[in-house]
Amino acid sequence: MKAFTYERAASIEAATKAAEANPEAKFIAGGTNILDLMKLEIETPTHLIDVNGLGLDKIEPTPEGGVRIGALVRNTDLAADERIRRDYGLLSRALVAGASGQLRNKATTAGNLLQRTRCPYFYDTNQPCNKRQPGSGCSAIGGITRQHAVVGTSESCIATHPSDMAIAMRTLDAVIETVNADGVRRSIPIADFHRLPGDTPERDTVLEKGEFVTAAMLPPPIGGKHIYRKVRDRASYAFALVSVGAVIQSDGTGRVAVGGIAHKPWRMETADAELPKGARAASSVLLSDARPTDQNRFKVALVERTLSAVIAEAKG
Amino acid sequence: MTRTTKVSLIVNGKGHSLEVDNRTTLLDLLREHLHLTGTKKGCDHGQCGACTVMVDGRRINSCLTLAVMHEHNEITTIEGLGEPGNLHPMQAAFVKHDGFQCGYCTPGQICSAVAVLEEIKSNIPSHVTGDLTAQAEATPGELRERMSGNICRCGAYSNIIDAVAEVSGRKA
Amino acid sequence: MQFDTPVTTNPIDRLKVVGQPIPRIDGPLKVTGRAIYAYEWHDPKVQCAYGYPVGAAIAKGRIKSMDVSGARAAAGVIAVVTAPEVGDRKKGKFNTAKLFGGNEVQHYHQAIAVVVAETFEQARAAAALVKVDYTEEPGVFDLAQAMQTAVKPELESGDPDSGAGDFEAAFKSAPVTLDQTYTTPDQSHAMMEPHASIAAWDGDELTVWTSSQMIDWWRTDLATTLGIDKEKIHLMSPFIGGGFGSKLFLRSDAVLAAFAARAAGRPVKVALPRPFLMNNTTHRPATVQRLRIGAERDGRITAIAHESWSGDLPGGQPETAVMQTRLLYAGANRMTAMRLATLDLPEGNAMRAPGEAPGMMALEIAMDEVAEKLGIDPVEFRIINDTQVDPEKPERPFSHRDLVGCLKLGAERFGWNGRGRPGLQRDGNWLIGTGVAAAFRNNLLVPSGARVRLDAEGVVSVETDMTDIGTGSYTIIAQTAAEMLGVTIDKVSVQLGDSRFPVSSGSGGQFGANCSTAGVYAACVKLREAVAQKLGFNSEDVLFEDGEVRSGNRSVPLAEAAGPDGLVGEDTIKWGDLSETHQQSTFGAHFVEVGVDAATGESRIRRMLAVCAAGRILNPITARSQVIGAMTMGAGGALSEELAVDTRRGFFVNHDLAGYEVAVHADIPHQEVIFMDETDPMSSPMKAKGIAELGLCGVSAAIANAIYNATEVRVRHYPVTLDKLIGGLPDVA
Repeated sequence: MKAFTYERAASIEAATKAAEANPEAKFIAGGTNILDLMKLEIETPTHLIDVNGLGLDKIEPTPEGGVRIGALVRNTDLAADERIRRDYGLLSRALVAGASGQLRNKATTAGNLLQRTRCPYFYDTNQPCNKRQPGSGCSAIGGITRQHAVVGTSESCIATHPSDMAIAMRTLDAVIETVNADGVRRSIPIADFHRLPGDTPERDTVLEKGEFVTAAMLPPPIGGKHIYRKVRDRASYAFALVSVGAVIQSDGTGRVAVGGIAHKPWRMETADAELPKGARAASSVLLSDARPTDQNRFKVALVERTLSAVIAEAKG
Repeated sequence: MTRTTKVSLIVNGKGHSLEVDNRTTLLDLLREHLHLTGTKKGCDHGQCGACTVMVDGRRINSCLTLAVMHEHNEITTIEGLGEPGNLHPMQAAFVKHDGFQCGYCTPGQICSAVAVLEEIKSNIPSHVTGDLTAQAEATPGELRERMSGNICRCGAYSNIIDAVAEVSGRKA
Repeated sequence: MQFDTPVTTNPIDRLKVVGQPIPRIDGPLKVTGRAIYAYEWHDPKVQCAYGYPVGAAIAKGRIKSMDVSGARAAAGVIAVVTAPEVGDRKKGKFNTAKLFGGNEVQHYHQAIAVVVAETFEQARAAAALVKVDYTEEPGVFDLAQAMQTAVKPELESGDPDSGAGDFEAAFKSAPVTLDQTYTTPDQSHAMMEPHASIAAWDGDELTVWTSSQMIDWWRTDLATTLGIDKEKIHLMSPFIGGGFGSKLFLRSDAVLAAFAARAAGRPVKVALPRPFLMNNTTHRPATVQRLRIGAERDGRITAIAHESWSGDLPGGQPETAVMQTRLLYAGANRMTAMRLATLDLPEGNAMRAPGEAPGMMALEIAMDEVAEKLGIDPVEFRIINDTQVDPEKPERPFSHRDLVGCLKLGAERFGWNGRGRPGLQRDGNWLIGTGVAAAFRNNLLVPSGARVRLDAEGVVSVETDMTDIGTGSYTIIAQTAAEMLGVTIDKVSVQLGDSRFPVSSGSGGQFGANCSTAGVYAACVKLREAVAQKLGFNSEDVLFEDGEVRSGNRSVPLAEAAGPDGLVGEDTIKWGDLSETHQQSTFGAHFVEVGVDAATGESRIRRMLAVCAAGRILNPITARSQVIGAMTMGAGGALSEELAVDTRRGFFVNHDLAGYEVAVHADIPHQEVIFMDETDPMSSPMKAKGIAELGLCGVSAAIANAIYNATEVRVRHYPVTLDKLIGGLPDVA
C-alpha cells in the first residue's frame, strides 16, 4: 500500500473540492473494497477523503412515493430497513446474498455500486490486465474463465461486475444521484451507470473524475413477487456464478436482471417482454449475443434454468 | 498534510491515543501497536473473518478498515469479552462444545457469534430468512448462514453451531 | 523403550483419565485470545522490525537483474536481502524447491527478496518497489499433457509398482468390469494462520518463533539452509494455527526472517501474505487415476488395478494415490502403478492424508460404479470384498481390522436400508441422494521422545517437542501422564513445541497422537521406576493411584516421593517389527445425504455420518473434532476446492481465500461420528491409532456417490460442481 494523506471531509462540497484538487485522490467510505485493492497496489491513491461523516446515511421517502437511499447507508441497514423489506424485498434479498455479515456492516450503498471486478487476473499485479493497466492486455482471455462474463465482453476484457445489490437496483430501475466539485448534480439511471468494457475497461462506470455519488433513488414500489436467486459453488460467502433478480407480477409479466454474466447488471427490456412466455424465451433474448468460453459456457444454460426456477417460485 | 494521523479510540473500555501511519488497519493497530494479539490476521483481505471485532457493537472485519477511521469508536476484541477463569458465556460454550481446534479462527468466530445473536434480536434479515417481514429467529440454519463469514479450516462448524445455539437458548 | 511385542495390560487400561471426554486444557487460552502464535511474540524490550517477502513474477527462468534502490531508499527501510545476493544455498532435506537464494526461479511466487522496515506498512510498500528483470524459460504446467511423458519414479520408500496374480488375464475374463479414469485437482491446505516466523540472532545463535508441525525437521533444515550448526538454533512453536501438512517442512518465512534479522541487526518478523502463500508454499498435487476392476457376478473382486499420474518439480515425489488399493479390498489378481511427470508448478507435497485422500476419492467412486453394475448394494459389495490379510502378501495379517463393523453399524445408524435407486427421490426442488464410501488410512509409527518431571508439589510436567496443531496434543499428553502417575489432570502441565525438549514424532501422517503419547508413556515408565527406586519399592507391584505411590501396604504421597529436588524420567518410544509382520491401518465408513437443486445443480449436504475404527480413542472430544474437521475438508474437496492452473503462465490463479473456496458454515450440517469400541495391542502401549486423516479418506467419494444417487449423473472429475451436473439434470423449462 502506497503512503497517502488522509482527511475527514466536513461536507460534500469539501469532499468534492478535495477530490478535484488532487487527481490521485479517492473517496473512502466502508473501505471494504478499496483497502483490499490498495493493499495489493491495484488502487494507489495518494490521498484519501473519508466521507463517513457526511450524514448520507438516511433512507427517506421521496415525494413521488419512492425511496431515497443515502450513499453511506450500510448494506446491513438497507437490507434491514422495514420499508425496503416490505416494498423492495428484492433489494433486501440481494444485499443479504452478498459478502458476509461483517462486510455488510461496513460496506455502503455507493461503495457496493462502485466495487470492482473479482477477476483473478485483475487481482494479480504480475499479470497483464487492461482494466488495471490499460494497454497491457487481457490475461483472462485464454486463461481461467469459469467465473467470467459471457455477454457484453470485448477483446480487451471479459470481467464481470460482482455486485448482488446492483442487480436488484437494476431490476428496480434505481437512479443514481451524483454531484461534482462545481455543484453540478446528475441523475443517472442505473442502466447507464455501469459500462461495458469495450476498449476502455479501466472505466467501470460513467462517473467523471471527482464526481461523488450521494444517493440511490428507487421509484415507487411496483408490487409483484420479489425474488433474488444467487447460484454459487459454496452455500454462502461467495460471488455469484449466476444470479437472477426478478419482480414477477401475478399475470406473469415482470422484469429480470442477471448477475455474474457481464461487466454490468444485465437486463434487457426486450427480454422482460418475453417473460410471460417463460424462461427459455426470456433468456434466449438476454443471451442472444453470448460469447462464452469453453469454461463458462455452462452459464448460458444456468441462466435459463435459474430463471425457470425463479418463475416457478413466483407462481408457487 | 502528513501521512500520519492522531486517533483516539476506546478498546475494551480503555482509552488509547496514538499517532499512526494512515495505512495502519484497525487490525494492525490492535495487534502491532496495542499488542492485543487475540484478534487474528488470517488473510488481511476480508476473506476469512479471523479479524472480526465489534465496533460500537457491530461486528466488522478489522483488516479492511483504517485505524484512523475509528476516532472515538468503542472497540471490543476477544480480550474484552472474558479471560481464563472468567469466561464470557460464548467462550465457555466454545470450550464445552469443542468449537475449535487450532484456535486461530476462534476469536473471530466468538466475536461474530456474540454479534450474530444481537443481530437476530435486532431483526436483521439473512440470506436464509424466510419471511422478510417476520421476526428473525436463531435456528441452526440461520446461525450457519450468519456465521459463514468466519472460515474454520479445522472444520469445527458443527460444534460451533452447537455452542452458539446453546448460548442463544435453543438446541442445534 | 522398544515396542516389539503386543501389549497386554498396562496402567493406561485403567482409563480413569485416558479415554475420558476431557475438554481441551488449552481451551481457555484459545477462546480468550491468550494463546500466543508465531507472529505474536512480544518482548517490550525488543522492537522487532518487519520483513515483507517479494515473490517471483514468473513461473520459470532466471533473475537477470534486480534493482532494489527504490526499496532501499523508501521510508523506514532497514535492509533489503535478495536471493541473488544470498546466493545458492544448500536445500533442506525435506524441500523440493529451494526456499530462498540464487538466481534461478523454479516456480511462481518463489521468494526472491525480503524487505525489512521499521513498520509493516513501510515494509509492504517498499517490497512493491523492488524491480526485477527476468529471463523467462518455457515450463510445463499441464498434467494432462505431461502425463504422456511421465516416468516410473524413485520413491523415498517402497516401490511405485506392485502386484499379485495375473491382473490382465483375470480382468479380461471377469464377467463384470469397470475401466474408468478419474481426476483430482491441486488442493491448498489453506490453514487459517499464514506461515509466520520471528527470528532473533544473538551472536551466532538464532532463536526462531515459528509455526511448525515438526520442530526437529525445521531446526535441521533451517541449519542446513543457513549453513550453521543445528545446535545454534532454538526453535519454538507452542501454538500452530493449523497446518494440514503445509507446515511439516521448513518454509520460506523462517528462512527469510533469519536472513533479514541478520541483515537488519535486530529481530525481524515475517508472515507470508495470504495471496502469496498459495503459490509460494506447497500444495496437494493433482492426479489422473485409472481404475480397472473385474468382479464375479456374486460380487467378489477378481481383478483390481489402480494407476495414478501426478506431477512435481524435478526431484519431487508422486502423489501416492494408489497405496490404499494395495490393502483395502480382496482380489487375487491385482496391480498398482504410479508415474511422475515433471511440472514447473509450485512444489507438490503432503497435505492431510497424502496419497489416500485423493486415492480414495477415485477408488470409492469406482467401487460405487461396480456395485451398481453388479446390482449389489454398495455397502454389501464392500463387505463381500473385505480381507483380513494384506492382499498382496497374504501371509501378512492386519493387526486389527473392522471395516465390516463400521459399514454395518453406519448403515444401521444412517438408515441406509431403503435407499432409493438413482434419480428417484425428491424433496420440493431438491433431488435427494445418499452415498457411502469406505474410509482407510494406514497407521504409521514414528519414534517419539518426552521428558517427565515430578516436583515437590506433586505436579507432573511433560516436556516434548511434539506440536499441537489443533489436534489436541496438549490434552491427550496430559491425560497420558495423569493416567500413568495416578494424578488428576489438573496436576499435569504440558509444554510442547520447543527444540530444547526431547525430539518427538511431531504432527503429521496421523501418527502424532498415538506416537507422542506412547513417548510420554515411555518417559512416565522411567519416572515411575525412579520413584519406586527412590522409595525402595519393588517396581513390579508398585501402584500409582490417587496422587500416591503404593506397594504392598506402604503408601507415599507422590509429592513426598519426589523430594525437594524432584525426579525426572526421559525416554523415547522406538518401534520393532510389528508393523512389518502385521499391517496396521485404520478403517471407517462415511454415509452422506445430499440435495441437488433440480434447476441449478447446486449440491448441498444434508446429513453426514462417519463410523471409525482406529484403536483406542484417547479423548472422544478431540478425536471427534478431528473427524468432523476432516469430513468438512472432504466436503470442500468434493464440492468446491480446486487450485485453478493457468497452463500458459504456470501458476495457481485463485490464490486467495475468496478464489479458493473451502467449506463455510452454511455448507456443513450437523455431523455425526461413531467410534468403534476397540483397541489395537500392536499399535503401541496406548493401543491407539491415528484418526486425524482417516476422517478425510473416502468422504469426498461418499458425497460424489450421493450426488450420483440424487441425479443419475456420474461425475469423475473433482470438484463435483454444478457445471458438470446441469447437462444431465431434468429439463426445467
